[in-house]
Amino acid sequence: MVATFSLLLLYQLAGELLVHAFGWPFPGPVIGMSLFFLTLLARGTVSHELRNGTNALLQHLSLLFVPAGAGVMVHLHRIADEWLPIAVALVASTLIGLAVTALVIRAMAGDSEKERT
Amino acid sequence: MKALLDLWSYLLASPLLGLTATLLAYQAGVVLFKRTGQQAWANPVLIAIILIGLFLWFSGVPYERYFDSARIIHFLLGPATVALAVPLFTQWRNLKRMAMPLIVGLFAGSAAAAFSAMAIASWLGASPETVRSLAPKSVTTPIAMGVAEKIGGLPSLTAVLVVLTGILGAACFPTLFRLLGIKRHATQGFAVGLAAHGLGTARAFMVSEEMGAFAALAMGLNGIVTALLLPLLLH
Repeated sequence: MVATFSLLLLYQLAGELLVHAFGWPFPGPVIGMSLFFLTLLARGTVSHELRNGTNALLQHLSLLFVPAGAGVMVHLHRIADEWLPIAVALVASTLIGLAVTALVIRAMAGDSEKERT
Repeated sequence: MKALLDLWSYLLASPLLGLTATLLAYQAGVVLFKRTGQQAWANPVLIAIILIGLFLWFSGVPYERYFDSARIIHFLLGPATVALAVPLFTQWRNLKRMAMPLIVGLFAGSAAAAFSAMAIASWLGASPETVRSLAPKSVTTPIAMGVAEKIGGLPSLTAVLVVLTGILGAACFPTLFRLLGIKRHATQGFAVGLAAHGLGTARAFMVSEEMGAFAALAMGLNGIVTALLLPLLLH
């Protein structure tokens, strides 16, 4: 667990350093994920410890959104004033985003395992 | 009384209170989610946010104070994002096989989510800052906040809209895809990761590792596409 966590932090650190050195418009963790992914591809396998450690963290991914989400407290006034456009836009655009993506992929790739070539 | 007040201000200054409150609120959300037979409206994150909101409201603790003490949880989004490389790697062969459909789906879905949100909100009379804060709401919090700042939105409002979008997407996708007849886990995962970032991805992992990996990929790719294209298009 400690080894896995150190590894994740090192890749995040590497991502942050690259982002700052080259002025890239991406967050460091996304670059860190890409670097980590390329390392795994080059090595060809994932150890049991690494898989268990990352699974433990990813299992509770939604918990990590609570502090940012509670920021709704700061914007209660704006949300109360504009609740209709905000609510309709959020619900409709989320459904549209889900449907457009899934329908485009299905149109191009089919919907059953057998259709894979 | 004075001793109690001293204790209170001592607790407010340490991360103990914010961390405990966050974990307890989330735990309560998880219990309720299970008790109700995993009803979509009983989303653990939504319940946790409501409980934290009530706690702040009644205790009079400012949000910034709470966020400071719960910052370590927010920080863990970074290493968790890096950790997504592992499921991505284990599903790499399946992902490669669908590369072309996924790329087209990525651009179509990303544009549809961002521009439909902006169009609907401005059509219903939302203020320009609100419209611009809505544009990046499908991508993961750190990217969305950065984009909002660049295009003239309010980053802290965007963070809230991002979380609400994630809750909605995670709650709606099983029903929506049943109605549309979309069965393939790969397709469902990619769509929910694109439209509902980490919260959609977390929900997708509950269904299968394949669905989760496709969601993680879509979340990362949509983050990159949005970070690059939205500031250019809305300049």
